[in-house]
Amino acid sequence: MSLTILLLLALGLGLAGWLAARARAWTFRKASPTGRLASLPSYHAWYVALWIVLPVLVFIAIWSAVAPGLVTQSVLAAPAADQLPAFGFQRQTILNEARAVATGAAQGVFNPLAREFVEPYRDALSFYNWIGIAATLVIAFLGGAFAFLRLKPDFTARTRVERIVMAILLGASLVAILTTIGIFVSLVFETLRFFGMVNPIDFLFGTHWAPDPMSNPENPDATRYGAIPLFWGTLFIGAIIAMIVAIPLGLMSAVYLTQYANPRLRAWVKPTLEILAGVPTVVYGYFAALTIAPAIRDLAVDLGASNPSSESALAAGLVMGVMIIPFVSSMADDSIAAVPQSMRDGSLAMGATTNETIRRVLVPAALPGIVAGVMLAISRAIGETMIVVMAASTAANLSANPLDSMTTVTVQIVAMLTGEGSFDHPATLSAFALGFVLFMVTLGLNFIALRVVKRFREAYE
Amino acid sequence: MVTVVHENLEDTDAKMSARDVSVYYGDKKAIDEVSIDIPTRYVTAFIGPSGCGKSTFLRTLNRMNDTIPSARVEGDIMLDGEDIYKSGMDVVQLRARVGMVFQKPNPFPKSIYENIAYGPKIHGLAEGKDELDAVVEKSLRRAGLWEEVKDRLQDSGTALSGGQQQRLCIARAIAVDPEVILMDEPCSALDPIATAKIEELIDELNGRYAIVIVTHSMQQAARVSQRTAFFHLGKMVEYGRTSDIFTNPLEKRTQDYITGRYG
Repeated sequence: MSLTILLLLALGLGLAGWLAARARAWTFRKASPTGRLASLPSYHAWYVALWIVLPVLVFIAIWSAVAPGLVTQSVLAAPAADQLPAFGFQRQTILNEARAVATGAAQGVFNPLAREFVEPYRDALSFYNWIGIAATLVIAFLGGAFAFLRLKPDFTARTRVERIVMAILLGASLVAILTTIGIFVSLVFETLRFFGMVNPIDFLFGTHWAPDPMSNPENPDATRYGAIPLFWGTLFIGAIIAMIVAIPLGLMSAVYLTQYANPRLRAWVKPTLEILAGVPTVVYGYFAALTIAPAIRDLAVDLGASNPSSESALAAGLVMGVMIIPFVSSMADDSIAAVPQSMRDGSLAMGATTNETIRRVLVPAALPGIVAGVMLAISRAIGETMIVVMAASTAANLSANPLDSMTTVTVQIVAMLTGEGSFDHPATLSAFALGFVLFMVTLGLNFIALRVVKRFREAYE
Repeated sequence: MVTVVHENLEDTDAKMSARDVSVYYGDKKAIDEVSIDIPTRYVTAFIGPSGCGKSTFLRTLNRMNDTIPSARVEGDIMLDGEDIYKSGMDVVQLRARVGMVFQKPNPFPKSIYENIAYGPKIHGLAEGKDELDAVVEKSLRRAGLWEEVKDRLQDSGTALSGGQQQRLCIARAIAVDPEVILMDEPCSALDPIATAKIEELIDELNGRYAIVIVTHSMQQAARVSQRTAFFHLGKMVEYGRTSDIFTNPLEKRTQDYITGRYG
């Protein structure tokens, strides 16, 4: 509520600054003998408006994080605070109830004690609301005044605005990076807690995975936390079976589309193939679980296997392979198409057939791009969850038989986090350790892929 | 207007001959009824202003125009009396007999050795490593590149200088032992020193292969060729001995072009 008010206030003040600055620039323009300014009036206007809005936005961001704490602080100064339970869940519930009533989100309270805090909350909220609005006004005024006083006929507002815009763009790109770092740090933190309970050696090299969320959290059985079956399942399904499907099919479709297909067919097939990349993986999961997995089971029975599982690594891997064909083919397509026509001509003029030209000149020249596409596809495949959940089960088997049921890292992360264990139980925390390992592996793969792409750019000339 | 062919040409042994050849790109006529005999033992130069169709005509001689979907060729082109556009013609075999060097050097992003060995390998011209080594050395020697690269045959072909790259491409064409070598403005991307080396090389190859060179530079045509054809607006205007074309052209348009009045 108060956040909306502050944001609207910021925009209103920005608009006012914009109009005022433009009016001022127009008076400069009228007064100037040449009728020209160093920058157009609209740049003056934007300069002032940005100087008002940006500091206010920064303030609002900080304020909205700090204000609730300040409110609670002042509520606790109320006389009724002595009766509150000292710590924990109940104390928090009471405060939350009072707060809900005070802001109008709830009508009455369940806990009689909470009623005592409704008034203090209401007072504190409105007090800090006014403080926020006042601070916003002051900051907007200071920023606006600073910018407005700098306006002169020869003021280079245009280049200033350019610089501010650049800073905004930089900030936007930093958000993604900072978020990644934040995720990484929180992962590391929880992972370290887990490794405090279970030895990393047991985790990384143990071959038995059966965490028991109901066991005593103080003394976990480290032999039940061996993650090798999960790593193997991930590798087997995502990087081996899926790639056996995706690499040849993706590559061949890319070759066909770039070298043989006539332009009209290409214009139709290529987008269709790329649409495949947008199909939700759950849909693939249905397909894997309802169609492919039973078919594979029947096939296994026909081949004489006794009692095959209806959930198999093969089913998940095959469908996952189909899912990532577009990634492989689209990257391969781009990099084959990027090989200069002169290479192709040179080879054809030597008397090579189209097929020889593709195999011996185009694909080798495009190889770095193709490899990069495969790397991205692998990191996508090993991070995939839904298909495996639906088609390959949650049983952690260490097996080389593709007809066995297997599970992957991502599936176990979901299973552990949604399990019955409390949040500080090692079984739950193991999800973070798994996530951390997965993060490192995909990060490494992406890093390699980017390096390969970079080398690819320098391949010709 | 009819092509003027000088009468003092005693080239009885034509390697390639074109009769009434027209080339269309879609509906546009790029070459209009060109007839010419390419002699076995000489260098033939095609000159003319940009867009006159000389490169297009060159590319019809080894059917490289087939790679352009909209291109269509009419008329007959003979190689040793055999129509290269007849149905059932083995285009792959044709291009092995009629090699081509392009305007911009286009070595494959492979080693120098692999660049040369490419053709012999796909055509099965060499048995075993020793024979292949020999073909590579012979081709590089003929292209005048052996001394410069013999110690770094495994380096990438794209790491060579522009002039060396172009000689590598010529060596690559020679490696499959063609009968005709087509050169499409082979020096237009090179500096004068590299150009001089290529011209020297063309002189040395002359007689061993029938060579056809398209060039923008009239001086180059005068230096390296014995026969010159002048193209203008898709037609072949005049064809004769190089010395005659440059000193005593019969057509006014040829005269205008070589004296620098247009183009």
